[in-house]
Amino acid sequence: MPWNRRKRIERASDLRLESQIGEEERFGDLMRRMARENRTAMASFVIIVLMALAAILAPLLTPYAETDMDLLNRLAPPSAAHLLGTDEGGRDVLTRLLFGARVSLLIGVVPALLSLILGALMGVIAGYRGGMADAIIMRVADITLAFPSMLLAMVIMYSLGGGIVNVFLTLTLVNWANVARVVRSETLRIRSGAFVEAARVIGVSRDRIMRRHILPNCLPTLLVLFTLNIPTSILTESSLSFLGLGIQPPNASWGLMINTGRQYLYNAPWLCFAPGAAIMLIVLAFNFLGNGLLDVLDPRQKKQ
Amino acid sequence: MSEFLLQARELTKDFPVSGNRRVHAVSGVSLEIRDGETLGLVGESGCGKSTLGRLLLRLIHPTSGEVLFRGQSITGMSEKAFHPLRRQMQLVFQDPYASLDPRMSVRDLIAEPIINWRLCDGREAVTQKVVELLEAVGLQEEFLYRYPHQFSGGQRQRIGIARAIAVDPAFIVCDEPVSALDVSVQNQILNLLKALKSSRGLTYLFISHDLSVVRYLSDRICVMFLGKVCEIGPTEAVYRHPRHPYTRFLLDAVPLPDPSLRGKELRLLEGEPPSPTNPPPGCCFHTRCPHAQPRCAREAPPLRDIGEAQVACHFAEGL
Amino acid sequence: MERMTLEVRHLFVRFRTEKGVITPVNDVSLQVPEGSIVGIVGESACGKSMTARAVMGLVRAPGEVTGGEIILCGRDIASLPEKARRQLRGSEISMIFQEPMTSLNPVMKVGKQVAEAVLLHSRCTWREARERTLAAFRDVEIPEPEARFDCYPHQLSGGLRQRVMIAMATVCKPRLLIADEPTTALDVTVEAQILKLLEKLRDASTSVLLISHNLGVIARVCDRVYVMYAGQIVEQAETEVLFKRPLHPYTQGLFWSVSSLREGCETLKTIPGVVPNLRHLPEGCSFSLRCDRCVAACEKEAPGLVEIEPGHAVRCLLATR
Repeated sequence: MPWNRRKRIERASDLRLESQIGEEERFGDLMRRMARENRTAMASFVIIVLMALAAILAPLLTPYAETDMDLLNRLAPPSAAHLLGTDEGGRDVLTRLLFGARVSLLIGVVPALLSLILGALMGVIAGYRGGMADAIIMRVADITLAFPSMLLAMVIMYSLGGGIVNVFLTLTLVNWANVARVVRSETLRIRSGAFVEAARVIGVSRDRIMRRHILPNCLPTLLVLFTLNIPTSILTESSLSFLGLGIQPPNASWGLMINTGRQYLYNAPWLCFAPGAAIMLIVLAFNFLGNGLLDVLDPRQKKQ
Repeated sequence: MSEFLLQARELTKDFPVSGNRRVHAVSGVSLEIRDGETLGLVGESGCGKSTLGRLLLRLIHPTSGEVLFRGQSITGMSEKAFHPLRRQMQLVFQDPYASLDPRMSVRDLIAEPIINWRLCDGREAVTQKVVELLEAVGLQEEFLYRYPHQFSGGQRQRIGIARAIAVDPAFIVCDEPVSALDVSVQNQILNLLKALKSSRGLTYLFISHDLSVVRYLSDRICVMFLGKVCEIGPTEAVYRHPRHPYTRFLLDAVPLPDPSLRGKELRLLEGEPPSPTNPPPGCCFHTRCPHAQPRCAREAPPLRDIGEAQVACHFAEGL
Repeated sequence: MERMTLEVRHLFVRFRTEKGVITPVNDVSLQVPEGSIVGIVGESACGKSMTARAVMGLVRAPGEVTGGEIILCGRDIASLPEKARRQLRGSEISMIFQEPMTSLNPVMKVGKQVAEAVLLHSRCTWREARERTLAAFRDVEIPEPEARFDCYPHQLSGGLRQRVMIAMATVCKPRLLIADEPTTALDVTVEAQILKLLEKLRDASTSVLLISHNLGVIARVCDRVYVMYAGQIVEQAETEVLFKRPLHPYTQGLFWSVSSLREGCETLKTIPGVVPNLRHLPEGCSFSLRCDRCVAACEKEAPGLVEIEPGHAVRCLLATR
């Protein structure tokens, strides 16, 4: 016979898989695959990196200082000297945008991440352990959610005092409950799946099941919550600043810039427009990057 | 050491349902599984066969009664004391799609039990062991870093089996392992299960609604109806001379791949199955049994030795 | 010449996806004579359900029927506009599905669901619709039809639900009932009852196209059988003929798989490999990779469906030599 029967049968059983990636992937491979398969996500990644760099290198990028006032040049429209115009104190908007990014990027990302971690942990424990742990965690979450979030933030800020670390803490304590609720219901759904029972049969401990099986399968939900939390944090910070509890003028943050610019919306719309666009850009970038990462991380999405 | 690997004594499990009622999923089941045998468990949906399997594995706790593993009661044990025994008892699932975590590669799926029980040290050794297991269930090494969705149903079931045998168990409950598979693939899995049993000295509880599948694998078979055992005995004896009226209906109803039998008038079971929340008094089959006598509605028949089998019917001899 | 309830000629269904075009129904022709039960047997993804959906006009995007005629009682319905097709569904052709729970609306009384099907297709009062529903319930042997009329689907057992589905599908006395794995989700004792019901329907002059993977079910009720593999009909014959003398290696493999299990052989016969992915079909005969009698010619040339004896056709190069 001109062909080998066993080989043919192997081919038959392998048909649906023949063009599959069969290698173990490391993180570098993942990023490379994302660059190849999802241009938008990669572009978003670049935008985030550029924004972070711009914030760090702010003093080198602009001839003005963050707090330089020029009262003769108040509310000047964009020009060659002031690319994005000036504000009510004659300060350069671009400069303030760059310096504000230092605060706002941190305030957008860090509390969103912290509340995500805290909320996910609490949610998974509540959902998987059930019983007393569930009752206690969920009642605390309910109480947190029952207060108007602004009021809660003010109370926490008053008792902690100013400073950026306290702003982080405050925003985390305000936002975790939402995350915990959503993650809890996801956990309940995933917990009833057969693969969780399969892990129990093998004798995998509860902690490990939560870590290895439930949390990874919550990732898509977590990511959506993360991107939704970024603008909330940035804007809550601005309200706190407005009330004199967060970042104080003459220092800049995007939220604060929008808040002060609001009064001049008709005379000098660029005051609101520039930081608003920046917030939108960063949120979109995180959103697209997140979706791209999800696709790459989800084995079911791998190209055949 | 007892001659029985596993014994169930008067196992009962109720589940609460809405309106303060309880479903009697399993009521008063006693049976023994000998070391090295395959016990087939058949019955229709809702008869409690899956619940019984999970009770034996201590995945759920009985309302009353106890389970003995090698003569030792595992029902009252603490979680900690039971943990070493968990390794001895494994489960192969019905649905190979849902029982594998979609986010884990084949290597990680099969490595999970190995790492969990520290059967090997070091990443290399674990991978080596995974490859051995893959070969044992008839899959190639190239599949290591692929994900469950990339496999067909039969291949996934092989992965599930590899996970179950990874910890060298003594006892495996196979819960409808082939009912989700195509005919041509089903036989491959049955051959595999049979080969693994003899090469690894396994004991199976094989749960299925498909009577021919159970007949092929089992040494003894146990027929359940509405949470109770109605007949248990050596496979050939039960298939050749079913004593319980329900067993007869069950065997008669299986459609045979032989069109020449078409003219034959079939004895069909009439009426509707009784509700498990409110089982009829006495023998729970009496509402549908053509041989029912007044006594059947009053007295629940115990399991009695009749020939080689045990049958729960007052009138088994006369039928 | 027998009168045909349904005749399908050279039907094609294609799916266009990002990853390429697949053809789950590839040149399928079949006939359902009046007053008969015709079976389609095959494994998952062989195209049997898709064929049924195409006949019903229920192929969902991205799939589409790209060729062929579907002739219902002498009239080509494949070319009819969607509105006319919709009017046919339920009145001339009906379909029942594998899972009776998901095919019924869980928050509506079952009697009302069936009665609405009556009202949809005929001008009558609610009272008449109710009467016809109860008559249909009696026809499918639902005990205490008046009491069941006001039940919700979850209050019924699986077997009763499937009976309600059959009542709903047949209440307007369609010419053709397509039953897609109607007993797969049911217990054997209930399965036997439902199969008996299908035979009763046939005797009441509704033809049935029965789709199943279970050879036992096919053998029990079908008059004629089509065997499908990878989107094509590979063998067709009268039931007795097919079970006595299967010619295609795939049909033989299926039969041996089942019979070796029944006879309790030491090692069960199997068909090697897995059901192929339609995206990666081999050249030549689509079964060649799993076939143990495959010769060099099989991998080059796709065999056609050839009639071996009257009414018995096979798609295999070897069977025709």
